[in-house]
Amino acid sequence: MSKLDIPDRQQHSMSQTSQATSVLREVKRGRRPSPGSSGQKTLGSRIFDTANVVVLIGLAVVTVLPFLYVIAGSFAGESELASRPFFLWPHDIDLSSYRYIFSTGTFLRSLLVTIGVTIVGTLVQLALTTTMAYPLAHRRLPGRNLILSLIVFTMVFSGGMIPTFLVVRQLGLLDSYWALILPMAISPFYLVIIKNFFQELPAELQEAARIDGCTEIGVFLRIVLPLSKPILATFALFYAVAIWNDFTSPLLYLSDTDKWTLQMFVRQVTVSTDLASTVGQLDSSYVPPEQGVRFATVVVGTLPILMVYPFLQKHFAKGMLIGSVKG
Amino acid sequence: MTGTSVSSTQIAPPETPPPTAKAPLRARARRYRWLYLLLLPGVLYFLIFRYLPMFGLVIAFQDYLPFLGISGSPWVGFQHFEELFSSPDFPRIMGNTLFLAALNILIVFPAPIIVALMLNELRVQVVKRSIQSLIYIPHFLSWTIVASLTYLLFALDIGAVTSFVNDLTGGNVAFLTDPDWFRPLIILQSLWKATGWGTIIYLAALTSVDPNLYEAAKLDGANRWQQMWHVTLPAIASTVVVMAILSMGNFLDTGFEQIYLMINSLNRPVAEVFDTYVYSLGIEQGSFSYSTAVGMFKAVIGVALVFGSNWIARRFGQRGLF
Repeated sequence: MSKLDIPDRQQHSMSQTSQATSVLREVKRGRRPSPGSSGQKTLGSRIFDTANVVVLIGLAVVTVLPFLYVIAGSFAGESELASRPFFLWPHDIDLSSYRYIFSTGTFLRSLLVTIGVTIVGTLVQLALTTTMAYPLAHRRLPGRNLILSLIVFTMVFSGGMIPTFLVVRQLGLLDSYWALILPMAISPFYLVIIKNFFQELPAELQEAARIDGCTEIGVFLRIVLPLSKPILATFALFYAVAIWNDFTSPLLYLSDTDKWTLQMFVRQVTVSTDLASTVGQLDSSYVPPEQGVRFATVVVGTLPILMVYPFLQKHFAKGMLIGSVKG
Repeated sequence: MTGTSVSSTQIAPPETPPPTAKAPLRARARRYRWLYLLLLPGVLYFLIFRYLPMFGLVIAFQDYLPFLGISGSPWVGFQHFEELFSSPDFPRIMGNTLFLAALNILIVFPAPIIVALMLNELRVQVVKRSIQSLIYIPHFLSWTIVASLTYLLFALDIGAVTSFVNDLTGGNVAFLTDPDWFRPLIILQSLWKATGWGTIIYLAALTSVDPNLYEAAKLDGANRWQQMWHVTLPAIASTVVVMAILSMGNFLDTGFEQIYLMINSLNRPVAEVFDTYVYSLGIEQGSFSYSTAVGMFKAVIGVALVFGSNWIARRFGQRGLF
């Protein structure tokens, strides 16, 4: 390969990038030529467009309506919940459901437990996934193909619920928070995607670091990880949402009610017939607003996810597409 | 175009000097010792939490007793499988699982494709993006929240939907416990949670359609329906096939959490599927060997379905997964 070749190629790829950005700009401005976007429109075409918009907006409304109802209901009193079947604004704002939830130790404890497990779990998962992905990105590593095929095999076949449960029990992890983290510490799908990403990082920087005397671990920590921040953020979110929403693991591995996660709390409040004992109410003479508490519990269980939703949407869509491109 | 996109890696010097083919294994292993060190925790994870459970499947052929362990428990051959196939539970659970799986393939799977095609026809980008943002939300909520929302909306007497429907029809439907309503509720939940998010992958495939194709189709006098049928759909066909293969692999995965959270003693006859059956027999009743056999039966069928549908896809000229 001649030296002259390089600038030429760079120029070429640069013109391509600018072309790509201009296309991107077009798309953002909504000028992408889509079917029916130009030329004269027939009556049928216009009827279709209107119906299409109406149906899609209806879909969006149906999607969020349950939330709006539950939020409204969580601020309503028991009598209003019993008398009005559906409303989006309560007659009288009544905060007793929220006051009740936050007054019981069970909710706050489960919230803290879930936050803690999610943070620690995500860090552990990211650490394990990236340290394993990096060596596998080296095409010449002896044994690489064997390990990769063993990983891919776990995507289609697994021991299943009971054998995994027995392993966790054998390790003495029952009723330990580690049981919520370790059994799903590495997702084979994410591992393969991250490995592919590492493989496509420019090799020059890594090579330069090696010539400067960096060990492979140094290259990994100082070059590869900093270059991969965006994709790591994406997969951190994937992992975090999975742990946060996980219901099966606490159901299988935690029997101690003091260790409940938020999802367990939401579940128990929803199905409980004796709320006072479910949430560990201290003053047994007080009658809790049962239905209102159920509404408020769903709201507080949803809120954390909705608060980070803008980040989630952006990064998840990206991660989803990275994954699909590799197919 | 493809040539330039890989050029950066082609120009770059190889990441490590190529080891000569004759270099002894030990020397090569030494060169890569740091990499093996990095690999170790992950390998241990896969051995302990992925492969040890697979080895644990042998208890399906034993009468496993925890205090005897795998080495001490007596072997019984295929007794648990025979028990499963002759049990009256088997046709019921198989039927329930297949029924739900069929509904999933027929209703839940095509829904995002249709919505993506509809979104693709929208021309006002602000409207499109707003709708997308709203319909993605349910994907991020846990099944616990989805089940709780369902309880609040469909509860007897006080649920918003229940009172609306019962007032309208004058009937007295108990959605949550009526066996006839179990499957519609489950499908409704799946649609609500997965449809919006599922459109992403198809929308991505749709952006790669060459606009010139539409122009050409228009010149040939194709109306919008014909454009969609002859240009848009073929463009996303391979994506649909890949997604179909993936969902075939999960054909029998009716979603443990979703079903478990919606099951109750009244709807159990139609609600019980393999996953919940394994849970209630294995974890709640402690018959480890029998429930492992049930789980293994399901897993083996799952693998067969993945490879089978992949083979079929290739027969039809699609790329497939493997």
